Amino acid sequence: MSHELPEHPDWLWRNPDPKPSYDVVVVGAGGHGLATAYYLAKNHGITNVAVLERGWLAGGNMARNTTIIRSNYLWDESAALYEHALKLWEVLPEELEYDFLFSQRGVLNLAHTLQDVREGVRRVHANRLGGVDAEWLSTEDVKKFCPIVNTSSDARYPVLGATLQPRAGIAKHDHVAWALARKADAYGVDLIQGCEVTGFLRDGDRVVGVETTRGRINAGKVALAAAGHTSTLAARVGLRLPIQSHPLQALVSELLEPVHPCVVMSNHVHVYVSQAHKGELVMGAGIDAYPSYTRRGSVQIIEAQMAAALELFPLFGRAHVIRTWGGVVDVSPDASPVVGLTPVENLLVNCGWGTGGFKATPAAGWVYAHTIATGQPHPLNAPFGLERFTTGALIDEHGAAAVAH
Amino acid sequence: MLLIPCPWCGDRDETEFGYGGQAHVPYPEAPETLTDAEWAEYLFVRDNPEGPFTEQWVHTAGCRRWFTLVRDTTCNDILAVHRTGTTNPVHP
Ligand SMILES: Cc1cc2nc3c(=O)[nH]c(=O)nc-3n(C[C@H](O)[C@H](O)[C@H](O)COP(=O)(O)OP(=O)(O)OC[C@H]3O[C@@H](n4cnc5c(N)ncnc54)[C@H](O)[C@@H]3O)c2cc1C
Ligand SMILES: [Zn+2]
Repeated sequence: MSHELPEHPDWLWRNPDPKPSYDVVVVGAGGHGLATAYYLAKNHGITNVAVLERGWLAGGNMARNTTIIRSNYLWDESAALYEHALKLWEVLPEELEYDFLFSQRGVLNLAHTLQDVREGVRRVHANRLGGVDAEWLSTEDVKKFCPIVNTSSDARYPVLGATLQPRAGIAKHDHVAWALARKADAYGVDLIQGCEVTGFLRDGDRVVGVETTRGRINAGKVALAAAGHTSTLAARVGLRLPIQSHPLQALVSELLEPVHPCVVMSNHVHVYVSQAHKGELVMGAGIDAYPSYTRRGSVQIIEAQMAAALELFPLFGRAHVIRTWGGVVDVSPDASPVVGLTPVENLLVNCGWGTGGFKATPAAGWVYAHTIATGQPHPLNAPFGLERFTTGALIDEHGAAAVAH
Repeated sequence: MLLIPCPWCGDRDETEFGYGGQAHVPYPEAPETLTDAEWAEYLFVRDNPEGPFTEQWVHTAGCRRWFTLVRDTTCNDILAVHRTGTTNPVHP
């Protein structure tokens, strides 16, 4: 937290006009679209690529998330994917030559009930077996690791313990996007902002390009990375996806002295809190119940999340809410992402990351690029195909893991 | 927060209501005849439009009755409200 924000150069990428044709068109320049372009170039030598963005680069959920990075998911499939991401986060600042303030300050997932304790301990064991760092902390250890948490026994939500992933943490999301954009651009990828995809060019059943607000663009393959707007796009080729788009909100306080050393999450009371490098407390909660594309949610969600935060951190009683905002998150039925091929030839999807896709950014890009380049899913995203909703092989992280974000 | 017009009680705060997802998704008449893909569609796939969406709400902290709203998901404007099982809009 003593870190100064790094200066970044004036221009990190060109702003080219779209060419008539590309090998791959990626739709959406959020973290996932940018990481996909980067790894298409770096891992597969595919550089005749455009990333089309209807707004400005990384102005969607990439700009709106609370930046929590962790890999302590319960199921093997998820843990493997998110752990691949965490390993990439550990090397990316150097590889991208950009300090995006990746800070492995540790994430606590608090347990407030006996059931929370059992689930937490189970997850710690599962994580260790899967090679993911995980520890179980007693109430006293929680107090030592994060002194500002209210661990008194008469608290409304007593802290009975917590899981700790020491290698988990936060990063500065905008800088991550800019770092990936700069390198992708340097490989020759065209990052095209203000270019909305409005439809698809078809040749029989195949997709052969896109219609955009800046004209038609032919493409060998079209890879959607449009988060909350994926179903709207897929609907234009008659593809129905198991995705609902919900508001997800977050908020920050004014800048405060460093008081909060780590990231604390509580699924039970539904809030999570960290302190950003500049000093603002960053808090988030769950989605609004109804689907919406408004990028704003209802105020009672914020109210409940503040109430929970104050129970856990009485110290925050004098802090103020400076800003709240919302994004549009793409929620799947089993709260796991959908990454892979579709029934429409040459059209691929990466969506369903919902409330937790920031942490996966590099791995999503890695496996999506592999799937695009080879026509086959990478072993890490093979379990995350659309087929699982038909076969029934769901990856149900909803009830089972430290699922929120 | 949404201001929701219950067709029986009138305008009430969203906190009084529960959300029930897309309306008019009938249970399959002969589930045993569905293919896996059809069953997956029934279980997991709902409309997700940018625009008018017909959805179910229940007035949990009020009359406890279900009803149907047509809400524009691009701005949350409520375009119509129906008592469940009827097709005529209600303006309480
Ligand atoms: C409030 C909030 C808090 C969150 N907290 C966390 C967290 O702590 N940890 C975590 O891991 N995850 C978190 N997430 C989730 C995470 O932000 C998302 O899962 C992730 O950002 C999604 O991938 P993306 O970055 O590519 O999405 P986005 O940045 O949303 O990128 C999608 C892009 O597609 C563009 N697009 C859409 N339609 C079109 C079109 N037709 N043509 C062209 N472009 C189009 C959009 O403009 C957008 O820029 C949070 C999300 C929110 C909203
Ligand atoms: Zn009522």
